[in-house]
Amino acid sequence: MSGNNLDLKALGVRGVNAALYALPEGSNEVEWVIDNPRGLHSIACGLDAPISVTVNGHAGFYCGGMNQKADITIRGHAGVGLAENMMSGTVRVTGNASESAGATGCGGLLVIEGDASSRCGISMKGIDIVVGGSIGHMSAFMAQAGHLVVCGDAGDALGDSIYEAILFVRGTVASLGADCIEKEMRPEHLNKLAELLKSAGIDAEPGEFRRYGSARKLYNFDIDNAY
Amino acid sequence: MASDIPTTTPRKSATFDDYTLSEIRRAAATGIYDIRGGGSKRHLPNFDDLLFLGASISRYPLEGYRETCDTSVLLGTRFASKPIKLDIPITIAGMSFGSLSAQAKEALGRGATLAGTSTTTGDGGMTPEERGQSKTLVYQYLPSRYGMNPVDLRKADAIEMVVGQGAKPGGGGMLLGQKISDRVAEMRTLPKGIDQRSACRHPDWTGPDDLEIKLQELREITNWEKPIFIKVGGTRPYYDVALCVKAGADVIVLDGMQGGTAATQEVFIEHVGIPTLACIRPAVQALQDLGMHRKVQLIVSGGIRNGADVAKALALGADAVSIGTAAMVALGDNDPAHEAEYNALGTTVGAYDDWHEGRDPAGISTQDPKLAARLDPVAAGRRLANYLKVMTLEAQTIARACGKSHVHNLEPEDLVALTVEAAAMANVPLAGTNWIPGQNTY
Repeated sequence: MSGNNLDLKALGVRGVNAALYALPEGSNEVEWVIDNPRGLHSIACGLDAPISVTVNGHAGFYCGGMNQKADITIRGHAGVGLAENMMSGTVRVTGNASESAGATGCGGLLVIEGDASSRCGISMKGIDIVVGGSIGHMSAFMAQAGHLVVCGDAGDALGDSIYEAILFVRGTVASLGADCIEKEMRPEHLNKLAELLKSAGIDAEPGEFRRYGSARKLYNFDIDNAY
Repeated sequence: MASDIPTTTPRKSATFDDYTLSEIRRAAATGIYDIRGGGSKRHLPNFDDLLFLGASISRYPLEGYRETCDTSVLLGTRFASKPIKLDIPITIAGMSFGSLSAQAKEALGRGATLAGTSTTTGDGGMTPEERGQSKTLVYQYLPSRYGMNPVDLRKADAIEMVVGQGAKPGGGGMLLGQKISDRVAEMRTLPKGIDQRSACRHPDWTGPDDLEIKLQELREITNWEKPIFIKVGGTRPYYDVALCVKAGADVIVLDGMQGGTAATQEVFIEHVGIPTLACIRPAVQALQDLGMHRKVQLIVSGGIRNGADVAKALALGADAVSIGTAAMVALGDNDPAHEAEYNALGTTVGAYDDWHEGRDPAGISTQDPKLAARLDPVAAGRRLANYLKVMTLEAQTIARACGKSHVHNLEPEDLVALTVEAAAMANVPLAGTNWIPGQNTY
């Protein structure tokens, strides 16, 4: 069916979100457009329905936060905490994302076509994140599970105190954080990376990436590992 | 003869006392700092240093058993469309599944519900046992976000944004490998058996301006229904409380250094943060300066043990108190019935604090299925409810003696201090004088 437009300037964030939350289960109104977002915060956060939402412009903090099932596209840039704690579904931003994109995400796919700032994927818990450009410092800090794909470069302290998340970087890494090391890229990793790039719609050669993950030396206390 | 020469009695150093020497030897042998559970064990100015004046000719008391003395408290009246009403001004503090057994969490829910109050989740998510047995459940939102999901968020009756706690302000959680069972590992998305250290900073906000936006997101996701608490450790209570108000808190939880933790470094527990007694008046002053006292509710925790402590905290301006360690004792922690087993662990009743090791004979701070099975959640919940009832009756007894028909009508004017330190911290006169240190002369 044709799109339903929600004018955020007229409805406010509360009005827009309330309208999306109020959709009955199984509603056939599955395509929504949010106009005039004007960088406001908490747009389309907490969605829990298999709907498609396009945000026409820049979004502020926590856009798509805790998303479940919905496919959200931001046609512009996104502020801090984009798709934080996402559970499922897809969030895509055509521009850049600020700090902590995909923070603590548990599932779903986050695609950032531009660059992401610092702490991208911090404490990620199963989300897959694909960044078309570069990411800032302290990204994948304490990352527990999921995949972070970076087609550009990574800033300082990548993967500090990382657990079991898997990181793929095509460009340079300014420095690795504590207990994060480069690891062998085996066929299963190349296959997974190819799958992620395809899902994100990004054309890149998996063989050009390198893999990083946990050395697992900080998992249990060792006095010679004390920093 | 030399044996006839009087000798001095062997004298131990006050600085290097037996405990200090044992800790130096332990550190030299292991190379790791001492980790334990609980709160500060050192002597601190506390509620025992305050006394109520009671009624006499100048004040009129209420009859001790029959006249009404209301104890109800409404939390979350500022922004939430569904504030929570508690029958008593004593809540159960956040303690995680992981640090505590599922049976203990269930018992806390049962006891709180019987007593008409709330209980709180912890760093590790919400368990079905806890939600099922808790009429009013506060969902902690922590830096680690372990087990955090919007489904459970919406199941909660209130949300507690945890910034810090009194036992370790500035520190994150700690759950050592012995307690990372299959279920705990799955809930936290962590490998089994690792020494887990939670983040000390939230991953997606920094400072009060960001926090205000973060709270907006949580309110949106929960339709602006649920009260949002902010929990801080006792450090700079005046400024922290003012910033909590600025960020949009409905309720502020302020935890002094006697407040317990599942596990952290001994040096952190004993040397960072300030006593609960010293937290309350600056916090209340901040609320009053902003015109928000009683509009943003204040819950005080850290070393609350009985109804007198409750009454004193309320008299100093708190709306409610919260208990953790005392609730564990009511469930059965450090029970003399387990003395032989405590001895086998190298400790004794009343001193057992190696909660991080997961070998609790009482089945409370453990993930060992056999030990955890020792705790009957129904019986333990009943004990907790009894204890909460007694605390409430005690607080009412004192309030009536001071002529108050609601425990919230207790006020600083009802109190005096036994020590200069307590007088200064609580901002009440030294008993028998009109002297409040730093305020006037005597």
